This record gives sequence, structure tokens and C-alpha cells, in this order.
Amino acid sequence: MLGRNANGLYWMNRYIERAENMARLVDAGLRLALTRTASSTDEWTSVVVSAGVEFAFLQKHTEFTANTVADFLLRDTSNASSVMSAIETARNNGRMVRTALTRETWEAINEAWMSMTRLLKSPIDERDLPRILDQIKRETAFIRGSFYGTMLRNEIFDFSQIGTFIERADNTARILDVKYYVLLPSVSWVGSSLDNYQWESILRSVAAHRSYRWVYEAEYKPTNIADFLILNGRMPRSLAFCYRNIAESLGFLATEYGTRFGCHDTVETTLGKLRVGSIKDIFDRGLHEFLVEFIGDNNRLGAQIAEEYRFN
Amino acid sequence: MVAFDEMRPDGSGVRKPYAGYEEWLQKQDPARLTEKMGDAERVFRKTGITFAVYGHEDAAEKLIPFDIVPRILSGQEWRRLTQGIEQRVVALNAFLDDIYHRQEILKAGRIPKHLIAGNEAFLPEMIGVRPPAGVYTHIIGVDIVRTGENEFFVLEDNARTPSGVSYMLENRETMMQLFPELFQHVKVRPVENYPQLLRQSLANVKPEGCKGTPTIAVLTPGIFNSAYFEHAFLADQMGVELVEGTDLRVVDGHIAMRTTQGYKPIDVLYRRVDDAFLDPLTFRPDSALGVPGIMDAYRAGKITIANAPGTGIADDKAIYSYMPEIIEFYTGRKAILGNIPTWRCSEPDSLKYVQEHLAELVVKEVHGSGGYGMLVGPTASKKERETFAAKLAAKPGNYIAQPTLALSTCPILVEGGLAPRHVDLRPYVLVSDKIQIVPGGLTRVALQEGSLVVNSSQGGGTKDTWVLDD
Repeated sequence: MLGRNANGLYWMNRYIERAENMARLVDAGLRLALTRTASSTDEWTSVVVSAGVEFAFLQKHTEFTANTVADFLLRDTSNASSVMSAIETARNNGRMVRTALTRETWEAINEAWMSMTRLLKSPIDERDLPRILDQIKRETAFIRGSFYGTMLRNEIFDFSQIGTFIERADNTARILDVKYYVLLPSVSWVGSSLDNYQWESILRSVAAHRSYRWVYEAEYKPTNIADFLILNGRMPRSLAFCYRNIAESLGFLATEYGTRFGCHDTVETTLGKLRVGSIKDIFDRGLHEFLVEFIGDNNRLGAQIAEEYRFN
Repeated sequence: MVAFDEMRPDGSGVRKPYAGYEEWLQKQDPARLTEKMGDAERVFRKTGITFAVYGHEDAAEKLIPFDIVPRILSGQEWRRLTQGIEQRVVALNAFLDDIYHRQEILKAGRIPKHLIAGNEAFLPEMIGVRPPAGVYTHIIGVDIVRTGENEFFVLEDNARTPSGVSYMLENRETMMQLFPELFQHVKVRPVENYPQLLRQSLANVKPEGCKGTPTIAVLTPGIFNSAYFEHAFLADQMGVELVEGTDLRVVDGHIAMRTTQGYKPIDVLYRRVDDAFLDPLTFRPDSALGVPGIMDAYRAGKITIANAPGTGIADDKAIYSYMPEIIEFYTGRKAILGNIPTWRCSEPDSLKYVQEHLAELVVKEVHGSGGYGMLVGPTASKKERETFAAKLAAKPGNYIAQPTLALSTCPILVEGGLAPRHVDLRPYVLVSDKIQIVPGGLTRVALQEGSLVVNSSQGGGTKDTWVLDD
């Protein structure tokens, strides 16, 4: 496959994933703002920080409100990570690798772009926000469905998967890191309703607020939440899950090409860190330190793969 | 000017090729047809079958309007057309080989020397170069117009990088989706094997040194090119890589593409990049679209470039007027398909005639394409004609003129039923060790009532083109 195509597939999938994550972040913020009686500024601030665009946001806005944050994260094209920008970039990459995609997958991306262009053309009325977020999630789900349903499991699929899971791991790790302090046992955490909301918000931003209850029973416990999002290999947005998938895709590439590179060792090293006995070990070492290291490792892995498969 | 209507000439009954369609049409509910028109547009948008119009603001992506009434040719009409096209394509390749080698036709005085020597489309770099299998122009789109039951004329030979074949394929695909029962009722010859034929055809002209199955790739200028959709479409349908200049470089004398497993040599390159941009070392040094060194690899016989560089000299509008002589010179026979009479404004007598009859003629730039920079005398305003007359007087050699032909019409669906509109036809020809023409082509239609300009960049649309299996 052309290196440029590998690059296009990798970034196309990263941006589709990013668009969906942005919608989930705003959704979680909205939910918390609705359920909290006090000011929602803190919550909207942490949404922007989790999205990794705090600096750019402050260049344009002074206040963190539902309106400014939703506008910046969903429809502002000067923000390269906004849903509109992400879908547009994903589609441009899709156009570039058009020959690598099935017709269904391409059409799903193209339709998502058309629908987003329509939906996000004019400023968002706060009352429409739930409907818009829902639509964004639908479109990305539709792309993913077409992709999984029709694509051949070959190198094209592998580079796409790698893009998806590098982005997703980055997103989950960032959300955890922005909120890590509410998970720490040292902070007063007697299960106040405030803490409960915060925890639910974390889970909601990775679409895990329902599944959590099935796995850990109804009660929110910080260690369980961290365990779920970091180590639980069955949770589709956990770091362990993402890395198992990246390792698997890289493994397929190694078999197909008959060559192993440095990135194969790198991914094993990170997987090793995610195979620790229990979440307690991570808390003992420091959750924040663990996450910062993980985010750095994850970025380096992406760059290393691009270099070793010649698409940097 | 009364035009020949291909469905109902001069108000009489329906012509035979349209009989089966007419029978079906009579049973259709007009409201349902209008609805289908909307469906067609949605299909095209969803698929991303779009093109860019240069100089159009905020129009990065436009749809070429599609009309759901097919343009129908009988098997017999088609056979005659293909004979004429084959003859023409043979002559075009023979002309190119001659012009880049012995130049017999110039020595024989059949074409003025200055038309070649002073022509930008003539590439001195190609002198003495014989492409693999001796084929210069591999993919040709011959523009044909009709003026009567048996009158077909060639308007233009597109021998460089003709586009539009993806529309031929997608139009058929769309028609079959919209009206499956219609294809049960009328037997239409298939066009969908074009990509396979194209691939085989390209494989058949692989370089001599290439043993085994050649690696083929399509070279595109990139996603911002107006025909990018088609480049991707063809690469995908052929199952070959779609490459850009930045993916390619010379490795051990061969052109190779950068893959996830290192550089892989390419044997046949179907390029959709113009000559001038092909090789910055040979042609335009500022071009980032091409591959530095590709011309050296080409001259060394390491790669086939389709179409060959320098084929533009054969479809140049100044050369066009000599096509009847060219065909006779190389095939020894009269042209089966006629040319449209053409005045070369470089010749004083012709210029005088053109200047006196500007209101009746179509005047075109010799090097122009896509319907830009032309004057359609009868429909132009007085002011437009005056502006154009000034340009013509300043640089007469830059123009040719042709009579305004009564292009045949074919009905399109408008509010309130069917209405005739002018059409042309571009069949696609593949040349390797044999000549193949898929039965059909791209019918372009002027959507404005009375308009003769069918170019998509000027508001033209397209139709599915049927050749009947009779």
C-alpha cells in the first residue's frame, strides 16, 4: 500500500474518532450543567481542557458557558479539533484514500460531512444541543458500522484501526487526567452528591455510565471507575482495550509483511504496564504520573508507526 | 435553424431506436418520473460524484446535472460510428509516430510545417522516442455531433487525457438503480466492463523489459483537481494504486512508488496530469505534480506513460482542420466520419470571412478547452461580439471558426414533460494491440432551451447513452 494512503487512513480514522469524542465530551458537560445547581463554569472549563484546546479557546472566548464551549468544540472551524473541522479533515483524507475504501464506507463519511455541514452551519440554539449531539454520534456510528461491515480485513483495515485506537486511548487518558483529582482517595470522598455527579460525568464522556453498573454494580467508586477505564479489557474505550487492538493490528501487519519493527516492542511495553495486577498498583505509583507517561508514550507510538511504515 | 430530434424528428412518430423506451414511458406516471429525478441527484451527491469549476467561488464541489431520459442509438448506427472512430484513431497514432520521427506528412506538404514547429503541444523531447508497443494515444474521447439521420461529424479528438468516462459508468449505474424494469424491457449493451478493458489495455502496452504482470498506477494531480473523483474511481475500479507526484521517485532507473513496505516499481502509469507538469526536470520546473526524472526513465523504456507525452499535437484545434488529409494520408481512404468545416483565422481569406460572418459562427481558441474563451455568434450579444472581434483582430492565428451547427436534440425531463435539448456524444476508445470501444459513451446535453454549449463547466448536463443490442 502507498505510504500516503496509510497516512490518509490513519488520520481519517483518528478524526472520525475525535469528532465522536468531542460530541461525548460536550454531552457529558451538558448533563452535568443540567444536574448541578451551582455554577457550571468549572464543568465547561474541564470539558475544554479535556478536549486539549484550552489555549485556543481562550484566544476567542472569555467565558466558559454552554454556548461558547459548544460553539467552539462543535462548529468552530478555526479549531482543528472541532466536530466540523474533524469531519471535514476526515472526509478530505477519505477522498485522498478513496480507492482504499468500500463504497459504503466512503458514502457514510461523505453523508456525515453533508449532514454536519447543514447541521452546524448556523450558531447552535442551546435547546437544539441534545438533538445535534445525538446526530453527530449517529453519523460517526454509521461510518463505523459501514466500515466494520464491509471492509476487508487487510492492511487497510489495520492502519485504520491503529488510527482509531491511538486517538481513543489519547482521549480516554486525557479525560481521566483532567479529572484525576476527583478519583483520588485523599480528597474527601464520602460519596457526596457532588462527587457522584463528577464520576458519572467521567463515565458519560466515554459512554460507560450504563455499562459500569453491570460490571461493578450500582455504586460509583473511584478505584472501580479508574479500573474500568484503564485496565478493563472488555470496556471498548479503556486504555487496555485500545492497546490490545493496536497490538493486534500491528501483529497482523508484521505477519503480512514478514517484518517486525521497533513499534512492535513499544506497544508490548505499554501493554505490559496495563497488565499490572490491580488498579491499586497504579494509584500507589500516582495516577496522574501514570496518565502523563501514558499520553506521552501513546504519542510517540503513533509517530514511530508512521516512520517505520513510511507514512510520516 | 431546425434541429434533428433523435426521438421524434419533425413532429412525426417516434424513431425506431426509441420505440421500446417510448412504450415504457407511456405507462409512467409523470409525478413519479420527477421524483426519480430527485433520487438521481441524491445518489450522485451521496457518492461524491462531483467536479470543481475553476473560477467559481464557493463551488468546490458541484454536481453535473443528470437527466433521466436516455440517449439511444441503434446497433447499426453504432457500428457505423465505430468504424469511423477506429479509422480516426489509427490515423492519430500513425500521425504521432510520423510527426516524432520522419515527418513524412510535412515533407509531402500535406500540413504546413509551422503548425508543428511553432506549436506548444509539440514536444521536441519526444523526437525519436518510440513508446512501448508503438502506441502514443491509448485513451481517446472523440467528440461527435449529429445533424441528421445519417449526418455525424467529429467536433474534436481528445487525445491527451480525456475525462468523463466515470460519468458514463455512473450514469448507467444510476439508471439501473432507478429503473430496473426498463432494462428488462429494452436490451441495452453493457458498458460496465470498461475498467477491466482499460486495465487489460494498459497491461498490453507494458514496457518490453517488464516480464510477468505489470504494476499499473493512476497518476492524479490530487484531491483539488476538478476530475479527482474520476481518477480515484478508475483506480478503484481497476484495482490499481492512485498515486500523486510526491509518492513517486526514480529508483534504479525505474519509477517507483513509496509504499508501507518500501519503494515498489511501476511499469505502466495512466497519468491524468498534463504534459507540462509531468517532469519538472524536463518541462515546467515549478511543477510539484509530476515526477523529477520520469522523462529519462520513459526514454530509457523503463515505463509506459499513457497517454504518451506530446499527444496533444494530434488533437490541437489548428491540426483538427487537417484531419481529413491526415486520415487519407495514413489509411489511404477517405474519412468515414467527417470534420466540421473549419476556417483557420491564420489565413487572411478565412479571417476576412470570419470577421464578416461573426454573428453566424462559433469561434474557438486554438488551444482552449472546456468551452472557455469561445464565442457562439448567434447567441452572443452585440457587445460580446465586438469585444471578441477585437481579440480576433489582435491575434488571428489564435482562433478557428466553424459554422453554428444545428446539433441534434434529445428530450430531457422538465416541468411539464419532455422538451428537446441539444446533445453531443463522446465515446471512449482504448488502444493497445487492438482497438476497443465500449458501446455507449458520454452524452452531454445543453440544459438551457436553445443553447448549443454542452460543456459541464458552462451549465451542461449528462445523459445515459444506450446502444441497443439489435
